[in-house]
Amino acid sequence: MENFELLMGGLESALTPMNLLYAAIGVLLGTFVGVLPGIGPAMAIALLLPVTYRLEPTSAFIMFAGLYYGGMYGGSTTSILLNTPGESASVMTALEGNRMARAGRGAQALATAAVGSFVAGTIGTILVAFFSPALADVAVDLGAPSYFALMVLALVMTTTVLGTSALRGFAALFLGLTIGLVGLDLNTGQPRLTFGVTQLVDRLDIVVVAVGIFALGEALWVAAHLRRKPTHVIPVGRPWMGREDWGRSWKPWLRGTAFGFPFGALPAGGAEIPTFLSYLTERKLSKRGDFGRGAIEGVAGPEAANNASAAGMFVPMLALGLPVTATASVMLSALQGYGITPGPQLMTDHADLVWTLLASLLIGNTLLLVLNLPLAPLWARLLRIPRPQLYAGILFFACLGAYATNLDPFDIGLLVAFGLLGLLMRRFGLPVLPLILGVILGPLMESKLREALTISGGDYGGLLSEPLAVVIYVLIALFMLGRPFIARARARAEQSAVVEEEKELVD
Amino acid sequence: MLVTCLLAVASACGVTRGEESRDLDMWIPNSPGGGYDQTGRAAVGVLDRDNLTGGDIQVTNILGAGGSVAMSRLMSEEGNGNLLMTIGLGVVGSTYSFGVDARPQDATPIAQLIEEQEGVLVPADSPFKTIDDLVKAWSADPDSVVVGGGSSPGGPDHLFPMQLAKAAGIDPKEVKYVPYDGGGPLTSALLGHKIEVGFSGLAEFEGQVEAGELRVLAVSGDERGTGVFADAPTLTESGIDLVFLNWRGILAPPGISDERRQELIDLLTRMHDSKQWQQALKDNGWTDAFVTGDDFHDLLVEQDKRVATTLKELDLL
Repeated sequence: MENFELLMGGLESALTPMNLLYAAIGVLLGTFVGVLPGIGPAMAIALLLPVTYRLEPTSAFIMFAGLYYGGMYGGSTTSILLNTPGESASVMTALEGNRMARAGRGAQALATAAVGSFVAGTIGTILVAFFSPALADVAVDLGAPSYFALMVLALVMTTTVLGTSALRGFAALFLGLTIGLVGLDLNTGQPRLTFGVTQLVDRLDIVVVAVGIFALGEALWVAAHLRRKPTHVIPVGRPWMGREDWGRSWKPWLRGTAFGFPFGALPAGGAEIPTFLSYLTERKLSKRGDFGRGAIEGVAGPEAANNASAAGMFVPMLALGLPVTATASVMLSALQGYGITPGPQLMTDHADLVWTLLASLLIGNTLLLVLNLPLAPLWARLLRIPRPQLYAGILFFACLGAYATNLDPFDIGLLVAFGLLGLLMRRFGLPVLPLILGVILGPLMESKLREALTISGGDYGGLLSEPLAVVIYVLIALFMLGRPFIARARARAEQSAVVEEEKELVD
Repeated sequence: MLVTCLLAVASACGVTRGEESRDLDMWIPNSPGGGYDQTGRAAVGVLDRDNLTGGDIQVTNILGAGGSVAMSRLMSEEGNGNLLMTIGLGVVGSTYSFGVDARPQDATPIAQLIEEQEGVLVPADSPFKTIDDLVKAWSADPDSVVVGGGSSPGGPDHLFPMQLAKAAGIDPKEVKYVPYDGGGPLTSALLGHKIEVGFSGLAEFEGQVEAGELRVLAVSGDERGTGVFADAPTLTESGIDLVFLNWRGILAPPGISDERRQELIDLLTRMHDSKQWQQALKDNGWTDAFVTGDDFHDLLVEQDKRVATTLKELDLL
């Protein structure tokens, strides 16, 4: 329980009125920045670095912690309300979150995201505090073969969301994988599918693709039908989460945390795969069949996964001094500003600072909940804006987000192109989800496969060189072999639901 | 809120300013937290702190194509005397690998600021105890040694092993190189024994070396490093004829007046001479390598040629 005392000591030194004020500023700025498209938490911390040089380390960390969690949470607000995810980690949230918002349950979606983020962030931070060194040792043992196996698992799971028409589902999936190919082959430096356009040499930004297909595609679809269909008024919902919402949310929160945290702790884990696995799991487990029409589980799970992975990032950072995300490297360079060398000795040589940082994360996380929960119903009112104005706002936000990342008008052109693709997909009944998953998974899978094969010298046996990889392949095999039986057992229960769900997805 | 966003964007793109304006823009060709970002922001920090410009300095990260997006946009800002951009060896390599026809020497070279040694890193329990052990095993069977670095083809961590291989008589095309996304993932690959040898700038590895988890077989500069790196020999000491230095500096757009160019050089000279900058060098483990104007131009020409030669040997051009 030595760690517990240390953490309490950290809390004690962090909990001063002045520090709480810095935490509050951090949370508010972070949420604001997270809501703004195109600026991530890493950018926000980099912008604020010069300010914090004049603060003492404790206060600076508290502000960072607030900014970080605030930024992660803020991204979900636009995803839910406007269907414009601000970063790749909140793409999955948009799927069910926006459906909920349009069914008048925006406040509940925002609240489950806020509470889920809090639960996941707190559990994650506590896990970091107690198990960092042990976890870090395990994490470095996982290499490309294990990552690749995880991606294969994710890809196999995508087949469960292909929809009723396998042909259309696969068409969308392969379209996504093709979009993921665009850009420079990072192993050989050869450009692929770039048609000589410089801006395409870089990989396509998943945010631009997702916002184009989701938000723009839908705005165009609505515009195309505006005069033919009666206006659908968004009902005014209740402002708070009801007993049923809590009941439906808590398990996804915990499951999402279980997905997110280990991935965050992996040096090449990231937040995309866990949010995505969490979404698919919740969808698979849901017996209500309201996925596609605004299932609260589909927001609770991915949002928890997203924040848990954000907390997991601190495992390699504190235990090994390894920055595995842009945000972590900005934070580490802030440490260097205080004359501290990041490395494996960080937790022993600067224990007081590390525990203060962990305590700051807990404080930042709590303040985030306190400040944002009351705001959820207010944000949700945004949707009462009349539809033409609302969609104009969405388009504005989408374009701003695409432009702000690189300040390049070309990206707006790209956004419009994907918007048109989104419109066509809706018109011809292609589900959009497999496409997005293809865009996310394709490049990750490729780079891990290439890495594994380079290391093994082209020998495919190298893919089975790690125990975790073998375990995952066995699981996949069991899943595939067992599938016909599961399907038969479930068929009767699900059939009616799936058909409706697909109608919704296509709609 | 929308108004605020608009303002943010308007200021970020650098609205047109008068010639006489004292405000400056600093473009960073890579993401926050990376080497370019640290160098650029450190320089701006000193300029700001001492108010050397008499105006505001706005820092913008322009991402994309390993810095060549920023590079080609700098070239199209012809005559803009209020713009600076951080540049380095990695950006030069990227312009080749991403096929962008913008040579840094054709912009207005202002000053080189720093140099950074690269190091040859192995995990503590590696069978390679010296650089000689590595070279012997490597030349005997290039396939048996998988190397990694923190940059994609064309970047410093990729160019260095290729030039080292060539200097040791190994065909660079035989080198099995795995690109990692920066120093963090590279270190974990080394610690997890996924690769045998890592090539990277040393600053990020101080902690690991100090803790005895990684060992430096050799450094790439013409002099040994300091602190925990003082024990590692240079390549030339070990009988390998190669000096390889990563560097970073500052460019201005092409076509600015000679007068303005001189003003900017003076500005950076004053920054370089300040105590704060010397402290920043120390904090970040950078080697002072201040070269301005025409000399920096010649240096860029030489570096550009060297990058092109290495990439040609690999059939990447």
